[in-house]
Amino acid sequence: MSEEKTYVEDINRTIYDVIDDDSDAFKLEQGLTEEIVRQISDQKQDPEWMRDFRLNCLKLYNKSQHPNWGPSIEGLDMNVIYTYVRPNTKMQHTWDEVPEDIKNTFERLGIPQAERTSLAGVGAQYDSELVYHNMQKEVEEQGVVYCDFESALKGEYADLIHEKFMTLLPPTDHRYNALHGAVWSGGSFVYVPKGVKVSVPLQSYFRLNAKGAGQFEHTLIIVEDDADLHFIEGCSAPKYNVANLHSGCVELFVGKNAKLRYSTIESWSKNMYNLNSKRALVEEGGRMEWVSGSFGSHVSYLYPSTILKGDNSTMEYTGIAFAGAGQDLDTGMKVVHLGKNTSSVVNTKSISKNGGINTTRTSVQVMPQAKGAKSIVSCESLMLDSESKSDTIPVMDIRTDDADVGHEATIGSISDEAVFYMMSRGMSEEDARALIVSGFADNVSRELPMEYAAEMNNLIRLEMKGTIG
Amino acid sequence: MSQELLNVHNLCVRIEEKEILKGLDLSIGEGETHVIMGPNGAGKSTLGNTLMGKEEYEVTSGEVTFEGENLLDMATDERAKKGLFMTFQNPIEVPGVRLSEFTRSACEAVGNRMSLWNFKKAAQEQMKVLNMDPSYLDRELNLGFSGGEKKKAEIFQLLMLKPKLAILDETDSGLDVDAVRIVSEGVRAYQEQVGGSLLIITHSTKILESLKVDKVHVIVDGKVVAEGDEKLVGEINDNGFEKYMKA
Repeated sequence: MSEEKTYVEDINRTIYDVIDDDSDAFKLEQGLTEEIVRQISDQKQDPEWMRDFRLNCLKLYNKSQHPNWGPSIEGLDMNVIYTYVRPNTKMQHTWDEVPEDIKNTFERLGIPQAERTSLAGVGAQYDSELVYHNMQKEVEEQGVVYCDFESALKGEYADLIHEKFMTLLPPTDHRYNALHGAVWSGGSFVYVPKGVKVSVPLQSYFRLNAKGAGQFEHTLIIVEDDADLHFIEGCSAPKYNVANLHSGCVELFVGKNAKLRYSTIESWSKNMYNLNSKRALVEEGGRMEWVSGSFGSHVSYLYPSTILKGDNSTMEYTGIAFAGAGQDLDTGMKVVHLGKNTSSVVNTKSISKNGGINTTRTSVQVMPQAKGAKSIVSCESLMLDSESKSDTIPVMDIRTDDADVGHEATIGSISDEAVFYMMSRGMSEEDARALIVSGFADNVSRELPMEYAAEMNNLIRLEMKGTIG
Repeated sequence: MSQELLNVHNLCVRIEEKEILKGLDLSIGEGETHVIMGPNGAGKSTLGNTLMGKEEYEVTSGEVTFEGENLLDMATDERAKKGLFMTFQNPIEVPGVRLSEFTRSACEAVGNRMSLWNFKKAAQEQMKVLNMDPSYLDRELNLGFSGGEKKKAEIFQLLMLKPKLAILDETDSGLDVDAVRIVSEGVRAYQEQVGGSLLIITHSTKILESLKVDKVHVIVDGKVVAEGDEKLVGEINDNGFEKYMKA
């Protein structure tokens, strides 16, 4: 495909690509040293245990290796990444107090609008720190806590956080968990008390503006027994010609008979290394639902995982990944069945175009005690041209004799017949292809609240612009 | 004599290396209903696909004008925007795209813009004509539709898009008697509501029974070998194409 097409795609990301001047932001030096980790800890006025935790993580990081599987991350040099960039503002509780340029960025992304119409609470992170956090009074009165992580470390649930922090995603797991543990900043803490059903979603939006910076937010959500929450995460960044890094951690605790839905729409710019980790632990009768849309980044390693610990716990994963020119997206999911009669349903879709690479890894593990486990995995890939790549790598490790496990993978392309059919109804070739791709992604967009489904369809439309020669 | 809408002159078309149409002539006036009949392999569907601009159909000579403009220069979507429409023998299944969403996008594309409310109202009315359950609007396009349901969905789009000329490509093939009757009623509704022209490609005659037909063309081996009025339909019904194939 010609370079002109790449150009067309790039200018079409305008709402994501506006860069704010960051000359008055506070930045630590580039790179990763003990001194920098200590400075981050000072900046954040960490409790002592957290400072020690960070330094220990740094040691683990220094001893660790890059993963030797998956897409290349050679272009990522930690020595030139800014691990901490604080915007020139304190966290505010009304948008009016947020500095104009930052506020405008979030306005363009539609966050305050969504907050007014369809969310119970919003957190907005800009580079390394939250600039805005607010929650509806009614939800607060139900005892729900939704706040920035730093406040949470000093708040009512400080001990609980100390007990849980990075236990689901231990820094020993892999290099980027260790990195995260050393330099994490920002993110949200959510606590939903027993029996409380939050009827309207909460959302955190992560915006990385600074060139060459890393974002390492930590999200910890505890949904107590019989409670119910929908949490939405959005991410974007403007495009730079140097590498940016996102290495967040998301730890989710789902209580007995509780339900948590975690939705993500990620549209990082295409210079981003997205090395993100997410894991959920589900107690008896609990339910975890993942909805995941991955559109951006240069390289992604992203496999939300679920541990079905309690009997009769369930998990459903619905995900889509869209890889265009220069993108290598390694995505998927992992589920471990521990409890009896647990079930998992997985639907992944991937779309590749203009030489984009999608690899979908799924891992289903049924442990010996997990009698009566059921799992269905379906992976569908759509290839928009012959230069793109798509791979599906399923792993199944079944250690019971009565598990009911299925896997199905399909790969397809857009047929000329279908395009001709649509064009015979007056649609342009570009619109016809975009509609077919939106249809392919329909099962994901239907899982999202309306505004986000619209955003996703918009992203697909942007991605499909200029794909026709 | 009505105003001329479509004029096909000496049209020669081949697919890959095979010559299918060998100098075909046809003229359709505004509001007229024409029928193309002919044995299998005569080039009937090739005519429809060529008029709609399908890529692999290569026009080697001849002219086609639509409202005086050169149709052959236009892309398929431009032809649709000018008022041309074709029902497909085997409508394509498009997962995840709802019939309503598809039809509404198509209406907008051909300049028949409506508010969502008006669209829904109009859609439900047309579904009634076709004896279709309105729940079809929320179903994925042609997915899991029976043969008859697919054809009805095609006629539904015809009624919503209101083209100037509709080509019905074997719309009646493979349908049972009841389905043919309903499709035929839909086509009559198009004649009455829109007053558009029709080019009905068929090798059976059931669909024509309740329709007003202006002219019948018999195609054999890529050429029109006979033309006449409605009576020709009856004659072919009785005697088949044998007589023309010898000629």
